[in-house]
Amino acid sequence: MSAPDRTPEITASETAAAEAPYGIPLERDHPFDPPAAVMALHRGAEMRRMRYYPEGRLGWLVTSHRLARKVLADTRFSSTLGSPAQVPIPMPALEAYLDFEGDFPLTPGMFIEMDPPDHTRLRRKLTGVFTVKRMKQLEPRIAAHVQDRLDALAAGPNPADLVAEFAVPVPAMMICELLGVPYDQRERFEADSRAIFTTDETGEGKQAAMLNLFAFIGELVAAKRANPTDDLLSDLAADPELADEEVAGMAILLLVAGHETTAKMLALGTMALLENRDQWELLRARPELMAGGVEELLRYLTIIHTGLIRQVKEDFEFEGHQIKAREYVTVSVQTANRDEAHFIEPEKLDVTGDAKGHLTFGHGVHQCLGQQLARMEMRIAFAGLIERFPGLRLAVPVAEVPLVTGQSFYGVAELPVTW
Amino acid sequence: MVRIIADTEACASSGMCALTAPGHFDQDDEDGRVVLLADEAEDCDDEVADAVRLCPAGALRLE
Repeated sequence: MSAPDRTPEITASETAAAEAPYGIPLERDHPFDPPAAVMALHRGAEMRRMRYYPEGRLGWLVTSHRLARKVLADTRFSSTLGSPAQVPIPMPALEAYLDFEGDFPLTPGMFIEMDPPDHTRLRRKLTGVFTVKRMKQLEPRIAAHVQDRLDALAAGPNPADLVAEFAVPVPAMMICELLGVPYDQRERFEADSRAIFTTDETGEGKQAAMLNLFAFIGELVAAKRANPTDDLLSDLAADPELADEEVAGMAILLLVAGHETTAKMLALGTMALLENRDQWELLRARPELMAGGVEELLRYLTIIHTGLIRQVKEDFEFEGHQIKAREYVTVSVQTANRDEAHFIEPEKLDVTGDAKGHLTFGHGVHQCLGQQLARMEMRIAFAGLIERFPGLRLAVPVAEVPLVTGQSFYGVAELPVTW
Repeated sequence: MVRIIADTEACASSGMCALTAPGHFDQDDEDGRVVLLADEAEDCDDEVADAVRLCPAGALRLE
C-alpha cells in the first residue's frame, strides 16, 4: 500500500497499525457467507495487524489457508492466554480484568488452554475414547437418539423449531451418555455451560457458572468413584494420575464443547441444504455422498467464525513480520476455508466437492478431540432428517431466521421448519 | 513403493489418518495414537498422501 504524502519517518509498521481493523467484523449480508468485510481483509493480505477488544491493543489477524495451517501447527503460538485478556470480538466481561496482573490462573483440566506437555498429558487420557473405531461402535446409539428426536418431531406440532427439537438435543443426549452425566439433570448444567462462552455474560456471571459446574460435576465424580458405571466420567474418576479438579475441568470442557458446536452445525447445515435444494436432493438420491457432504458443510459454514486465538510467548520473526511476546494472533478459519488458493470455487456449497483440508476442527495438536463424534452425529442426523422428512422446508422466509452473530459459534437461534 | 513413517510421540490422536486411509492406518485402543497397518504404500496412493498431508500434528511422512 503506497502513502506518498507521508513523511519518511512514519514506518511501515506504523502505517499498518493505523490501518489495523478493530476486531473481526461480524455483520453478514448473507447467512452462509463470511462478512464481506472479513473477505476483503483476506484478499488484501494473508496476515495483518488487528486491534483487540477490550483496549484496542495491537495484535495479528491471519486469514489465508496456508498461514492458518502454519500458525496452528507451531506451538510458539501458545494456547495459554496471558493477561490482559484480549479477544477479537466485543466481550464486556473482560473489562473487569483490565487491571489483572500476571497470567490468568489455569482452570484445572481445561487442556484447550494449555500447551504441551500439560496439554498432552490430559488430552491423551481422552483420545482413546474418541477414535474413529470407537465412534463406529457408537453408531447405533447415535442412530437411536436421532430416531427418538425424529419421532418426537413427527408426533409434535408442525411447523416446529428444529433447533430446540432436534439440533440441540441430539448431541446433548450423546455427550451426556458418553460422559455419564444424567441427561434428565440437564437443567443443572445447561444454563451454566451456555454462560461460559456467551460473549455478553458478565465476568461475575461466568465465574459463578464455572463454580456451579465444578460443584455439579464434582458431585458426580465422587458418586462415580464410589459406584463406577460404564462411562467416561467413571474411567476418569478411577485414574490415579488425575486430580479431582482436573477430572471435573475435563468433563466440563467435553460437556460444553459437545453441546453447542454440533447443535449449531445441525441447524445451520439443515438451513443451508434447504436453501440449496439441489444439494438436499443430491444427498437424498445418493446417501453415499453424506460423508463428503458433511465435510463440505463444515467447510462452507465454518461456525467458528471468530477464529482460533493464540498468544505469542516470545519475540520471533514469522513470514517477514516481527511478532512480539504477549501479542495475540487470531487465525480466521472462515476465510481460510474460503481460500481460493486451496479450494475450488469455495463460495459454492457442493456436497460432491473436495472439502478435505478444511480447518473447521482446527489444526495442530489442539485439533478437535471430538471431531469423529461430531462427524458421525452429523452424518446420521442429516441422513435421518432427509429420509424422514424429504419435503422439509423453512416455515418462514430465510430473512426472518434469527442469526446468532455475536457469539463464539455462529448459527441460528431458531429454525422454524415445516413438512 | 514409499515407506510410511509415523512419529507416535508427535501424534495427537485426531484420527485423521484412520479416517482418510483406513487401509493403512488405525488407532491404538488405549490412547488413539496412530498404528500402521502397512508401512508401505504405492507411490500413487492418493489416500495415503492425503492422510500424511492432513495429519494435524505433522506426525506422518513418506520416504
